[in-house]
Amino acid sequence: MTAEPLIAVRGVHKRFPVRRSALDWLLRREVLAVQALAGVDLDINRGETLGVVGESGCGKSTLARCLVRLLEPDEGLIRFDGKPTDDRSREGRRRFHRRVQITFQDPYSALNPRMTVRQVLAEALAVHRMRPASGFPSRIAELLDLVRLPQDAADRLPHAFSGGQRQRIGIARALAVEPDVLVADELVSALDVSVQAQVINLLLDLQGRLGLTVVFVAHDLRLVRHISHRVAVMYLGRVVEVGPTEALFSGPVHPYTVALLAAAPDLNPRRRTTRAATLGELPSPLAIPPGCPYQTRCPFVFDRCRTERPVLTEHTPGHAAACHRPA
Amino acid sequence: MRAARRWPATLVAGGIILAASLVLALVPSLVAPYDPDAFDYAALLAGPSAAHPFGADNFGRDMLSRVIHAYTIDMQIALFATVVPFLVGTAVGALVGYTGGLAEAVFGRVVDAVITFPFLVLVIAIVAVLGPGLRNMYVAVGVVGWVFYARLIAAEISVQRRLDYADAGRAMGYGPLRIIFRHLLPNAITPAIVYWMTDMALAILLGSSLGYLGLGAQPPTAEWGTLIADGKNFMTTAWWIAVFPGLAIVLTGLGFSLTGDGLAELLAPRR
Amino acid sequence: MTGLQVRNLTTLFDTPRGQAHAVDGVDLDVAPGEVLGLVGESGSGKSVTLRSILRLIRPPGRVTGQVAWQGRDLMALGPAALRQVRGGEIAMIFQEPMSALNPVLTVRAQIEESLRAHTTLDRAGRRRRAAELLDRVGMPDATRRLDDYPHQFSGGMRQRVMIAIALASEPKLLLADEPTTALDVTIQDQILKLLLDLRDSMGMSVLFVTHDLGVVAATCDRVAVMYAGRVVEMADVLDLFDAPRHPYTRGLLGSVPRGGAERTLLTSVEGTPPSLTALPPGCAFAPRCGWATEDCRSAVPPMEVFARGHAVACIHHQRVAA
Repeated sequence: MTAEPLIAVRGVHKRFPVRRSALDWLLRREVLAVQALAGVDLDINRGETLGVVGESGCGKSTLARCLVRLLEPDEGLIRFDGKPTDDRSREGRRRFHRRVQITFQDPYSALNPRMTVRQVLAEALAVHRMRPASGFPSRIAELLDLVRLPQDAADRLPHAFSGGQRQRIGIARALAVEPDVLVADELVSALDVSVQAQVINLLLDLQGRLGLTVVFVAHDLRLVRHISHRVAVMYLGRVVEVGPTEALFSGPVHPYTVALLAAAPDLNPRRRTTRAATLGELPSPLAIPPGCPYQTRCPFVFDRCRTERPVLTEHTPGHAAACHRPA
Repeated sequence: MRAARRWPATLVAGGIILAASLVLALVPSLVAPYDPDAFDYAALLAGPSAAHPFGADNFGRDMLSRVIHAYTIDMQIALFATVVPFLVGTAVGALVGYTGGLAEAVFGRVVDAVITFPFLVLVIAIVAVLGPGLRNMYVAVGVVGWVFYARLIAAEISVQRRLDYADAGRAMGYGPLRIIFRHLLPNAITPAIVYWMTDMALAILLGSSLGYLGLGAQPPTAEWGTLIADGKNFMTTAWWIAVFPGLAIVLTGLGFSLTGDGLAELLAPRR
Repeated sequence: MTGLQVRNLTTLFDTPRGQAHAVDGVDLDVAPGEVLGLVGESGSGKSVTLRSILRLIRPPGRVTGQVAWQGRDLMALGPAALRQVRGGEIAMIFQEPMSALNPVLTVRAQIEESLRAHTTLDRAGRRRRAAELLDRVGMPDATRRLDDYPHQFSGGMRQRVMIAIALASEPKLLLADEPTTALDVTIQDQILKLLLDLRDSMGMSVLFVTHDLGVVAATCDRVAVMYAGRVVEMADVLDLFDAPRHPYTRGLLGSVPRGGAERTLLTSVEGTPPSLTALPPGCAFAPRCGWATEDCRSAVPPMEVFARGHAVACIHHQRVAA
């Protein structure tokens, strides 16, 4: 018997209308919209690290924001711990935010330039009533230790820190409310390689110690492979393949996953390829063709792909792909 | 290691001027050599001298003392004519800038309407309706002046709310008021503070202009504008009656401007 | 003498906090037809090195050293001769195509501009060649797209345009400053394969600056690793990945996950690079190095060639290899 997923995403759609000018409105031109999420189904299990990969326009960042309720889906449902996450009351929202937290990609805009580390952490502790005020200093000291920052960091402003340190402060902020889930939206993409390793190690350590469930959204396949239990591959607002990390990386099913893995440069200079893994460009998310989103670049495309949208079907237990090709 | 930020030279210079102005405004009697209203028939229209460094007017009143005493009124004007627009404008601008959408669009049109009118004309019109006097001037400036602050704040808040740290606040479950006023506003307020300094200098000019026209401070209140009005008939014979109040306006205005520049430099956020 | 020989290239910047040694005594060689990778993290000086070679550094930066190209010292050339070389025999492509391309000129205008400056083709010849070039870089529907503006292209397509402009003069050396860093993986793959293909067909050398070790493994023949403005290791790509000798190179390779040890701790290099205005005496990496001794801190280690084609700036490299 499999346990209920901690987070269940079902049929989530999200559109971003393109701004119209007054002229467009007068001439009643059709509202163009970017279809960022076009029917996403995904499970996130308690205690696991789920990697979410994809290229620009795949919708992974939009999904990350929907998971933490920074954005509300236009259609579909997200359940957290069995309950739907559309409670609009202030208390309901606050309770949710306490349990599902997020870190941001850009270390230089993710922290308020005029708040010290202490102020940021104390605010989180105060608003969510994590400790009585007398307990703040010791808890702040603990949090700094947890993310391996020196104690004297507490009274400094963000500009005194490097990119890697700022990301740690972001992690500390998220952990201050003791969440169940941490959504890491491109946590290390803006950092140098050696600093990435430091922060990834920290994340692995924290997950082990705190029993965090982590959603690791990234475009770096190597990192995702290294840190995730399961991986979901997204393309143009949909999940096209999902499965256990090793199974997905050694035996990808969906043609896009195959191409993505082939395109990623190998760290072994002896294994070089001369032909590009994919042809063509990512189609614009403004005008997605009906049927399978990958039809314009897929080497195996046939008639059904152009008319009928494939759904995620299991190939082996736990490993599903959305493709019309017979298994 | 944190390097201490050095006080900008403009801030120091401006600060000195303003501090001195404040002292003169608060305790003029301690500094002024004479009673500003005391007539001295022996010194009618006397030119600048040791006894009267700024000369005396057509009633023999010492100009230095009159200029000093006028600091009280003019500094009051600087403060009262600007603080309400600053506070109200900041609050409205912050809310509009954060909400965006229709509110921002409507607000934009209001701003366009107000700034198209010459400010002085608008104020004079309102004062003409309400009647002369400083209190009505404060009302007139309040009705119109808040828009300038609101525009600056709304623009800055509009930028700040799109940055990740604003999203981080929302993701922490903080309500919009906390995010606007505790998180965004400290990062958005510097242009408004700098403008406030300039605005205070402009308020003095406004007050003096209205005073000169007889619509501002009413006699016998000593205010630089009324002093200049008194002196205008004597420009060729006793220039000192109008000129020294004018210099006081320039100096104080300079003090505010320098302070504004200095604050802009001091408060600029470090990346 | 063919190819590029850089000797003792040093670029200094005067900053309020002191003099920054962005590039400190760099020696490089790029043989004809070779792809040399210049790899390092931010602040390593790799991009500044590239710009210094083409003398694109403006005051308050000062460049000294020798850059010998086809036997001539670029540092000694006058402005007219330098202009001939730039965009002519030596071309450069950049990371951000949107800022490197002129947004108000069509693609055709930009390619033809390069053709006009560096070839003797007449108007008709230039038109033909522009279409050929755009087609050669894999642009679908090339003739029609010549009249489009940069903003009408996607990121990957803009890179192709930039490459087409760079190739207009049939350069012998291509300087590439992180050309694929801003691109998606599948597009990066296409562009890298294109560059290799062009290198093969045109006999061009490439000096490829990147921070991505995967890109290095996939494209480069030889690699130079930079740290704090200095080259710390230089080797054949196979040798570098098989047996790195410099502690920094090892740390860098260890930081990147390689399949097989999932969810284990990565080798991370503790600490951060030194400030370029306050380099430590001796080896710049010593403060972060597990093998560092007093000797390391007293003098800057010279580049020592210990095997064919493999040089390293570390006095303990034998121990590191073990």
